[in-house]
Amino acid sequence: MSSQEIPEEKHLPSEQGDAHHGGVAVADDPFADPGLPVHKPRIQDIDERAAKRSERTVAMLFTLSMLATIGFIASYVIFPVDKIVYIFPLGKVSALNFALGMTLGIALFCIGAGAVHWARTLMSDVEVADDRHEIAASPEVKAKVLQDFADGANESGIGRRPLIRNTMLGALAMLPLSAVVIMRDLGPLPEDKLRHTMWAKGKLLINQNTMEPLRPEDVLVGSLTFAMPEGLDEHQHDFQTQIAKAALMIVRIQPEDIKDKQELEWSHDGIVAYSKICTHVGCPISLYEQQTHHVLCPCHQSTFDLSDGARVIFGPAGHALPQLRIGVNGDGFLEALGDFEEPVGPAFWERG
Amino acid sequence: MSTATDNKARKAPAGERVADWADGRLGIYSLAKANMRKIFPDHWSFMLGEICLYSFIIIILTGVYLTLFFHPSMNEVEYHGSYVPMQGVLMSEAFASTLDISFDVRGGLLIRQIHHWAALIFVAAMIVHMMRVFFTGAFRKPREVNWIFGFLLLVLGMFTGFTGYSLPDDLLSGTGVRFMQGAILSVPVVGTYLSMFLFGGEFPGGDFVARFYSVHILLLPGIMMGLLVAHLILVFYHKHTQYAGPGKTNNNVVGMPLLPVYMAKAGGFFFLVFGVISVVAAVASINPIWALGPYRPDHVSTGAQPDWYMGMPEGLIRAMPGWEINLWGHTLVLGVFIPLILFPLVLGAIAVWPFIESWVTGDKREHHILDRPRNVPTRTAFGVAWIAEYIVLLIGGGNDMFAQYFHLSINAITWFVRIGFFAVPVVAFIVTKRICLGLQRRDRDKVLHGRETGIIKRLPHGEFVEVHEPLPQGKLHTLTAHEQYKPIEIGPTVDENGVERKVKATEKLRAKLSKGFYAEGNQIPKPTVEEYKEIQSGHGHH
Repeated sequence: MSSQEIPEEKHLPSEQGDAHHGGVAVADDPFADPGLPVHKPRIQDIDERAAKRSERTVAMLFTLSMLATIGFIASYVIFPVDKIVYIFPLGKVSALNFALGMTLGIALFCIGAGAVHWARTLMSDVEVADDRHEIAASPEVKAKVLQDFADGANESGIGRRPLIRNTMLGALAMLPLSAVVIMRDLGPLPEDKLRHTMWAKGKLLINQNTMEPLRPEDVLVGSLTFAMPEGLDEHQHDFQTQIAKAALMIVRIQPEDIKDKQELEWSHDGIVAYSKICTHVGCPISLYEQQTHHVLCPCHQSTFDLSDGARVIFGPAGHALPQLRIGVNGDGFLEALGDFEEPVGPAFWERG
Repeated sequence: MSTATDNKARKAPAGERVADWADGRLGIYSLAKANMRKIFPDHWSFMLGEICLYSFIIIILTGVYLTLFFHPSMNEVEYHGSYVPMQGVLMSEAFASTLDISFDVRGGLLIRQIHHWAALIFVAAMIVHMMRVFFTGAFRKPREVNWIFGFLLLVLGMFTGFTGYSLPDDLLSGTGVRFMQGAILSVPVVGTYLSMFLFGGEFPGGDFVARFYSVHILLLPGIMMGLLVAHLILVFYHKHTQYAGPGKTNNNVVGMPLLPVYMAKAGGFFFLVFGVISVVAAVASINPIWALGPYRPDHVSTGAQPDWYMGMPEGLIRAMPGWEINLWGHTLVLGVFIPLILFPLVLGAIAVWPFIESWVTGDKREHHILDRPRNVPTRTAFGVAWIAEYIVLLIGGGNDMFAQYFHLSINAITWFVRIGFFAVPVVAFIVTKRICLGLQRRDRDKVLHGRETGIIKRLPHGEFVEVHEPLPQGKLHTLTAHEQYKPIEIGPTVDENGVERKVKATEKLRAKLSKGFYAEGNQIPKPTVEEYKEIQSGHGHH
């Protein structure tokens, strides 16, 4: 950082803060350091009765702490873990939690208050000064260290034997590669996992509330229905991972209100199915305004217009929600006509 | 009598013998000689760092207790514990064991709540402590390294907190983890790989609780413990800074000795902090995961908020417009990736300031006397601008809450954050600088004209004046003890022979910054002895 152009130190204040060191008022300088003020005695320093009072206060605080600890143990034994009591103004709280916390808090606080009171009233409060010493070593020490280092390096011969030095550096540089390689099995490669969900042609739409397949007449205008693919069961081990991609949001809009042509084509009689997973960072979208057909993600407030291809109308999401193409099968149930045509959820590098 | 003294000569008291034993092996006497009566200055603002240390200790103590009962597993189980509303619900073992800690382990709920409250206080105390160090210039040489240690502790503390509150695998924290996974996906080129490796496959998979667990209880706290010990060793080694005042110089440290006063006060303060947090945990419930339920990737609750210290990145992600660039079959998710990058940049802006400042001043001396914030207007203004930015982002992170409680439009708040992100720090900077300069003028007046006594005097010719009382010397010294830098000058770039001297662009920038920091109008010249004498001898006031 130093430079030849600008002379260092010239712009620094000419006198350091300790120019008046010595602590004696210089008659000529009204701003000079008058030195440490004279110690003013406290009441406890001059009145033994006051000191006794302080002593009793400290002892009382320590005693209170002991009592509180006994109270803690007693509460632990007395209160059942599930006892709920009404305490103003907290309302209904766990009696055990309240009693344990208060007694522990008092036991701790009184030790602290006692120690601090002791220090403030009875221990010496005379301020004393300690000298500081510069952190940096003296030039002699520095010279000695540099010489020692040079001697050591010289004796090792590291400078004279580059073959040893270079191979050693190579070995040390390569070794961490093992640590990197061994991390490989932390997880599988992405491949096209993020591009597919459980949805496929012919899969029925299961209502998440009733766990029954949905019929078109179950979906009323103004309602919001959550659905998942047939064959997905809460008890299967990868349920969480599957539902994280396959979760579906179904609404019914008057076909003439649907502004997007593809949306209309992929719908059935005004019933449209969209991915429930927000395209921002993957929160499930769950707030639906039935008059405007807007849905809002409660996490970061991205807002989508379900009557217009679920395009983003506000918030941080970058693209529309993917739509699932649906139809009705021979038995009159709603079914998927394939998987989502684009990846659901947050965008990623390979999404394209 | 004589036998007693003989005994004493032969055999030292038990405590001394133990100390002798230890000294022969550890050299404790030399250590104690240097430190037992070490002087610590007394000031309330020096306790802020202690709150950090003590809450960290409380977190470790309660955290160890929690590990005895917590099961870091994502295996699905059906709940059959004593919390009736959750019975029969499918949940991960992690969530079920957190319910057990809360409802079946006696005192478990208290320890859980102390742990969580202490974590919130820990991070808050670190920020406030950092602000104290920043605004008083305590980061200057020789303490720059310790400043960085402290900053790293703050960042690690945030991530330890995040991994910690994600462990119960409840609906709220799972949503937070999902957010993090979405943010990781936005990283160009390697995002999907990072996500797969972190979660052991697709989100949420069955691994992240166990992985976060080892990160939360071992990896991060281990690093933090090391940094913390180094931080404290350096505090001891550098000796504490002190405020200017009578008898206090750059070459001494004025205060009271470690044994007994500081030990009693600081030791006592640990119990005070622990006691207060215990009472808070007794009366204020925190993170009631039983009300939220277990995590399901397709479920969410409204008003989803992270712990407060994650509100700042949350604000970034909420306010950012959803920019996405699709080119050559790839997607650049700027709407998420830019906030991800801004997060460390905004935080780090405060961390690099000490190095910028020391580069501009070129000051290589040690500084142990603290600045009053007003006397360093540019630094203070920068610090306040940083805090203002932080607060704007916190508002952004809670935009739904603000909209709800203050009946505001969420869109309006988001737009406020988008504009405020750029505008508010600038306004805060300018306003703070003006306030600092005003306060400097006031100090100058006080030194030159004395203290306003509130006594109104009527002069013989009818004029009313307020009597000013000259300050005592100690006060005069305190108000004039600060140093004032002069702006650096590049000087003429052409010498007397007309030969042009080359000046590096960085030096020009440095001179410009220096002018902005210290030129006339950017600090008020402190009163000189001559000015003081002239006014005081002029038998009057004004």
